[in-house]
Amino acid sequence: MTAIAWDELILPDRVHGSLYTDPAVFEAEMERIWYRTWVYVGHVSEVPRANDFVMKSIGPQPVIMTRDREGTVRLLLNRCSHRANQVCAVERGSARTFRCPYHGWTFSNDGSLLGYPFNSGYQGLEARGELGLAQVPRMETIHGFVFGSFAEEGETLLEHLGAAAEAFDRLARLSPEGEVELTAGWLKHRVRANWKMLLENETDGYHPQFVHSSIFSVAQSGIGDLYSDASIALSRDLGKGHTEADLRPEFRRRGVPLGWFGTTEERLPDYSARMRAVHGEAADSILVDGSPHVMVFPNLFIAEIQLFVIQPFAVDDTVQHVTAVQLKGAPDMNRRLLQQTIGSVGPAGLLLADDSDMYERNQRGARVRRPEWLVLRRGLHRERVEENGQRSGHVTDEVPIRGIWRHYRSLMENGA
Amino acid sequence: MTMGAVDVELLREVEQFIYREARLADEHDYAGWEALWTDDAVYWVPAADTTDPTTQMSIIHDNRSRIRIRIRQLETGKRHAQAPPSRLCRTVTNVELLGDRDGDVVAGANVLVVESRERGLTLWAGRCEYRLRRGDEGWRMAGKTVRLVDADRALHTLAFLI
Repeated sequence: MTAIAWDELILPDRVHGSLYTDPAVFEAEMERIWYRTWVYVGHVSEVPRANDFVMKSIGPQPVIMTRDREGTVRLLLNRCSHRANQVCAVERGSARTFRCPYHGWTFSNDGSLLGYPFNSGYQGLEARGELGLAQVPRMETIHGFVFGSFAEEGETLLEHLGAAAEAFDRLARLSPEGEVELTAGWLKHRVRANWKMLLENETDGYHPQFVHSSIFSVAQSGIGDLYSDASIALSRDLGKGHTEADLRPEFRRRGVPLGWFGTTEERLPDYSARMRAVHGEAADSILVDGSPHVMVFPNLFIAEIQLFVIQPFAVDDTVQHVTAVQLKGAPDMNRRLLQQTIGSVGPAGLLLADDSDMYERNQRGARVRRPEWLVLRRGLHRERVEENGQRSGHVTDEVPIRGIWRHYRSLMENGA
Repeated sequence: MTMGAVDVELLREVEQFIYREARLADEHDYAGWEALWTDDAVYWVPAADTTDPTTQMSIIHDNRSRIRIRIRQLETGKRHAQAPPSRLCRTVTNVELLGDRDGDVVAGANVLVVESRERGLTLWAGRCEYRLRRGDEGWRMAGKTVRLVDADRALHTLAFLI
């Protein structure tokens, strides 16, 4: 493979179109990003009981997330250690063992090899322990969110998350019991576009007024104003490729508890009462500030009331998984979170169908020969460095996109 | 309903309604299509084998007011995923009366939609269940459920009226 000159393709104010269209770039990203850094896989609430399992992924790699009979969550790779057959062919279920259909090798849900038929044919094979299902080398969790890394060693999950770790705290505290539950199942939305088109769009505050004007106007939504020229919301580069549209300044200016969710406490009396009982004086600011809008590099988007997971399959083939945030101990809130999510996202979503159309149009455009570059300079002249070192700007500025590319370049140049 | 005792006149009326609904959707006659619905309507496209849209994600789960919003959004001409609109041709077959529910007629059918967009051709196949009600101004639709054969897989954007 010829070396890719990353420093010539990624400049501070523009990136080259081939980064979205070149299969060699995609292959390099798999090795240097997806199979090396921490990647979000699933949530412990998706395997609530011992022996539960659910199919997940790290990029194109299929991963079986199990809770073994001892209650430990594990990330197993879906490949028989004998002849590489897939040991699991269903999306979810409960199983103490996985039996390969090809020759009957049987594995425990902790990955270990339990046995194989006609075992006299394996005389001298003492090292059964080496023939278990492969596991994702490292796994760590934060607030029940399970991350995996194919790198045998490297920074911890908390080091990787850096400033983005706080987003998980902010999300979890919206539950009166401090826990998020992902129990609503997932929609899977396929787009003919490069995964980075999605990554960049998640915290792009410039597009909503244009891409989503149709739904903002007919639904009389207040969301559009958050992304107007007059908005005091901020865009932020949290470092390590993590980015944010920080809407709190706008929500604080409005000062309405649950205003971030387009509702009021009167309309969610049970939830509001529980939150006030649990949080006391802090409840006001928690209910005004709302939920984070944070893109955790490279694949988990905490999108206020829903979670998106980006899964790349090829340079121009990406699947976006999405589910509603569900908060433990908040049934009235959860019903609204779910119905609002269903309306907004997925293949028919009143918002996301239009985003996905943009991704595909972008992808077709990026193949056009000139002007070769995508411009990232919006707000460059007014970008601020905050006291903690984070860069921020107006919510419509491309501070997050520049942050993503700065981190991306550091990962790709650190390849070999 | 016993075999051989099909109410043929009712079946023909139901078929004609279903064909009209299909044509209005294919032709993007948004106002005409919206007028088919009753006030208590539910338009549901489940994900996977979902049975409870109040606890599980759906591809579409619209009550009457959300149907109205969906239609108004299309009518703006700025629903980018339908601008330009998909070219559509759907075939509805296997129409069958399945019984009645609280006075409404329940009918089943299979649908195959060919959608053409710049992306290419997309095939959408599914099993439909209609809940139909006869009123002063003819038949109306109180419910339509479309169970796509690939509802558990990754789907392309589905922004037209299925």
